[in-house]
Amino acid sequence: MSGDSLISLSASVLAERLHSGELSSVEVTQAHLDRIAEVDGDIHAFLHVSADALKTAAEVDGARRLGAKLSPLAGVPVAIKDVLCTQDMPSTAGSRILEGWIPPYDATVVAKLRKARLIPLGKTNMDEFAMGSSTEHSAFGPTHNPWDLERIPGGSGGGSAAAVAAFEAPLALGSDTGGSIRQPAAVTGTVGMKPTYGGVSRYGAIALASSLDQVGPVTRTVLDAALLHDVIGGHDEHDSTSLTDAWPSFADAARAGAASGSLTGVRVGVVKELGGEGFQAGVSARFAEALDLMASAGAEIVEVSAPSFRYAIAAYYLILPAEASSNLAKFDSVRFGLRVNPPGGGTVEDVMAATREVGFGPEVKRRIILGTYALSAGYYDAYYGSAQKVRTLIQRDFDSAFSRADVLVSPAAPTTAFKLGEKLEDPLAMYLNDVTTIPANLAGVPGMGLPMGLAPEDGLPTGIQIMAPAHEDARIYTVGATLEALLEQSWGRTLISQAPGHPSMPLPDERAARLEGGTR
Amino acid sequence: MPDTTPPPLDSAQVAHLASLARIALTADEIEKLTGELGVIIESIAKVSEVATPDVPATSHPIPLSNVFRPDVPGATLTVEQALSGAPERDGDRFKVSAILGEEQ
Amino acid sequence: MTSTADLMDFDKALELFEPVLGFEVHVELNTKTKMFSPAPNPAAPGADASEPNTMVTPVCLGLPGSLPVVNEQAIRFSISLGLALGCEIAPTSRFARKNYFYPDLAKNYQISQYDEPIAHDGLVEVELANGKTFRIEIERAHMEEDAGKLTHVGGATGRIQGADYSLVDYNRAGVPLVEIVTKMITGAEHDAPELAKAYVSAIRDIVVALGISEARMERGNLRCDANISLSPRGSGELGTRTETKNVNSLRSVERAIRYEIQRQAAILAAGGAIIQETRHWHEDSGTTSAGRPKSDADDYRYFPEPDLLPVEPSRALIEELRSALPEPPAVRRRRLKESWGFTDLEFQDVLNSGLLVEVESTVAAGASPAQARKWWTGEIARLANVAAVDPSSLVSPADVAALVALVESGELTDRLARQVLEGVIAGEGSPSEVVEKRGLKVVSDDGALIAAIDEALASQPDVLEKIRDGKVQAAGAVIGAVMKAMHGQADAARVRELVLERATTP
Repeated sequence: MSGDSLISLSASVLAERLHSGELSSVEVTQAHLDRIAEVDGDIHAFLHVSADALKTAAEVDGARRLGAKLSPLAGVPVAIKDVLCTQDMPSTAGSRILEGWIPPYDATVVAKLRKARLIPLGKTNMDEFAMGSSTEHSAFGPTHNPWDLERIPGGSGGGSAAAVAAFEAPLALGSDTGGSIRQPAAVTGTVGMKPTYGGVSRYGAIALASSLDQVGPVTRTVLDAALLHDVIGGHDEHDSTSLTDAWPSFADAARAGAASGSLTGVRVGVVKELGGEGFQAGVSARFAEALDLMASAGAEIVEVSAPSFRYAIAAYYLILPAEASSNLAKFDSVRFGLRVNPPGGGTVEDVMAATREVGFGPEVKRRIILGTYALSAGYYDAYYGSAQKVRTLIQRDFDSAFSRADVLVSPAAPTTAFKLGEKLEDPLAMYLNDVTTIPANLAGVPGMGLPMGLAPEDGLPTGIQIMAPAHEDARIYTVGATLEALLEQSWGRTLISQAPGHPSMPLPDERAARLEGGTR
Repeated sequence: MPDTTPPPLDSAQVAHLASLARIALTADEIEKLTGELGVIIESIAKVSEVATPDVPATSHPIPLSNVFRPDVPGATLTVEQALSGAPERDGDRFKVSAILGEEQ
Repeated sequence: MTSTADLMDFDKALELFEPVLGFEVHVELNTKTKMFSPAPNPAAPGADASEPNTMVTPVCLGLPGSLPVVNEQAIRFSISLGLALGCEIAPTSRFARKNYFYPDLAKNYQISQYDEPIAHDGLVEVELANGKTFRIEIERAHMEEDAGKLTHVGGATGRIQGADYSLVDYNRAGVPLVEIVTKMITGAEHDAPELAKAYVSAIRDIVVALGISEARMERGNLRCDANISLSPRGSGELGTRTETKNVNSLRSVERAIRYEIQRQAAILAAGGAIIQETRHWHEDSGTTSAGRPKSDADDYRYFPEPDLLPVEPSRALIEELRSALPEPPAVRRRRLKESWGFTDLEFQDVLNSGLLVEVESTVAAGASPAQARKWWTGEIARLANVAAVDPSSLVSPADVAALVALVESGELTDRLARQVLEGVIAGEGSPSEVVEKRGLKVVSDDGALIAAIDEALASQPDVLEKIRDGKVQAAGAVIGAVMKAMHGQADAARVRELVLERATTP
């Protein structure tokens, strides 16, 4: 098999062929490294490519030859968002202040990847400290959208989404504080899942906003997301907010959904507040079609109202900067990271201030100052305190909506990918990109971004968001896999196969293989 | 509910916030930020519209309590690991510039 | 530098002003691991934190991505302490972040408790030497983590001012602390310094009885910040307060309060104003110096710690811990006095020296109560006074008990035992090791004694006659000569016996 067709395979298919011995992990890894070498100059999805990937792959192949019992995704390469600590690769969170920093420990999710013997390919680009919706705020230059190199790949996890969309990696890890997994998925035609808060460990994920951050999978198919979620999910004693739920197999949930082809009995709630004005016409049109498709597959479509959602962005841009201003205080030039000595020396206080002035980009400084303000004596009640109350109201809206619907849906982003630089000078406009995704973070509920077609006006991907009650991640995988199958049937191919620069994926084979997997 | 909306942000306040946050902003940055943050704050201040006293605050999205760890020693970093990222060290300790503080 | 500050005579100061006190006592818990990390706790019994940065995890260093997890034992200890302080235990309490930049604070925020402490509204009874009892109201007791340790290098004094640079060791970062905060204490008047010492001593007794802290002030296991202000008599107005830090012995607590009263009174009487500030106690000079001014710039931006969950102890847990509490200090004191058979005066002597725990531990280690009291309130207290330290920092109860045992078995005389004690304090080892090394054992070889007696008798031939005539006191001269010859390392009673024996045998 040529490298080109190899990289177009989904992780689940790669996993099967690795398992059967048809492919070796070294071959698969080499093909992806070749692809990175070929296209990443244009895409800039990676900040660092692992020097050990082939060696690790060879070890997995060796173990397999010796008959070791390996996990389902063993030998499959994975890209890792640079917000996650890796003890063999620099971990910068896209910031100059951490340039070159190699942590002395692995994030729990990275340790789980290694234990399941996936192959870490490298670290992906992101908005600095995950602050942004376009990956333009990376200190190391923006990532470009594989669908149109002039456009943003979404953010903050633009690197992971672009890596997967450009076939540089079959799988990637992202983190989602206000939509950083789901919004990039929407604008790159990929799949991204933000698990229930606490479903995946945050230990070793460089914190943006502790009460909102959640690590999750970034892939090209729902089943792949489920397989990766199965690897990284579950309780971690190093994270106090980690849930102790006995999670079902998400891969089983996805396979069941893909196989059923039906949504009979599923109540799909359309959130009135997450659509309409401010949404691109093509996005709204594709969303309406997706609803029709679900209805025709037996779903009951109900409109639900969540009146407090109109305060979500405001609450989010108080809670996030407040927590971030405190989380980012540790970058002080004492124990790790950059140190800048002001001219003529100065006290440790001067050194800290000079380091943070040079080491942080404008968006990070903006949010730190905003958060410092929101927590200041005298302002706490009006700002942070009020925002935490809005959070209660949003949770109540979700409770009420989920009493009428099994899943909630909305567009995953209000627009398709915009041009690089278009919103860089208007922070408020940039913040509005996350209007659809933020409520799920405030309430801790799971949400997925999934391709729902190309916008007619610009031919760029649009995404649908599916949300479920907290702890019900499996429901999203089932409904998501059904919808994915229905959409692909209606298109006659996958969305990603229409991406420019796509390495001519032999669709029928792969689809068949995936559905086969589902019936087993 | 009394009107708790704070007064508009001015550049002196931004300068004070920057010093609290230990960021040596330039005068230009302070000026620019004062404008940008003013717009943002105006937009986000609306949270107080619905944050009435009867609404409790939520600090954690998923309510949990009593999450504890048994008092059992675990793995520690080696000294070399601990100091591996240090911008400057002296022996096995982190080195920092003179401190302006406590006993002046 | 304000160490040369004018001081007003103490009694004069009290004539003009009424002192108002308040204390914040930090107790380092002796759990095996730290508050939020499984790193070994340097405040645990026997821990050795002398090698810097050897007791750290990513959490202690505040490394990016690291997260805190609460130590369950620290929660239990904190609840027990709260109960022993007579506090209410909050059904829900919460951790909060206190944000400020300082290089010993790894995350540049301290995880503490703010508006929802684990324990609140308690009461501690404190007894003074004159028999007066004070009821000190506790406002709250809350959990938090300790910071790392800074060493200032360069400059003349090793202090922060004038230092060229500083070094940071994070071994202590994350040690579990409980901070006990009193309400304002008025009415102490002349007793204020003594009350301060008695209060800290009472807290120390409580945590030692609970077994939750090593409570060694000289090691920082127990630290007291003393707030003091003076109110002009009859004015009804509160004065501006100072907060004196770095007071690390019971003795210094008393001295620091006295000093601050005298210093503040002098300033106020001269028409000056007290600056609200932290002040640093200097053990060597017995003075305080100005620290950081407290101002509006102190904006700690507290908010609930999002990485941690509320602590909601069950009624059952609280009752379990309550039933396991040691007896209350007053009951305990009554019991000990009775079981030791001390007179009022003797017992008060122990209390006033703040040595109840030491005497109790020494008795527990096998010494008789009378001997334990004698050594602690006598020789050890004297040496401690000379060295200007707390007696408990000089020697352990186990060593004192061993010393008493050597005396009681006749292996040491009192005089020799004092020399042995000095050796133990000098770090030469346990009492028996010091006896060995210094060769201080009593000469119990009768042959050597008899030879010395014979020599003494030979130079004083009339003595034997006198003894035989019934003038037994004449033996004294010979005994003295023998003791001198033996360099004091003989049992005088035995020498006397042998001398008398010699006189009566032909």
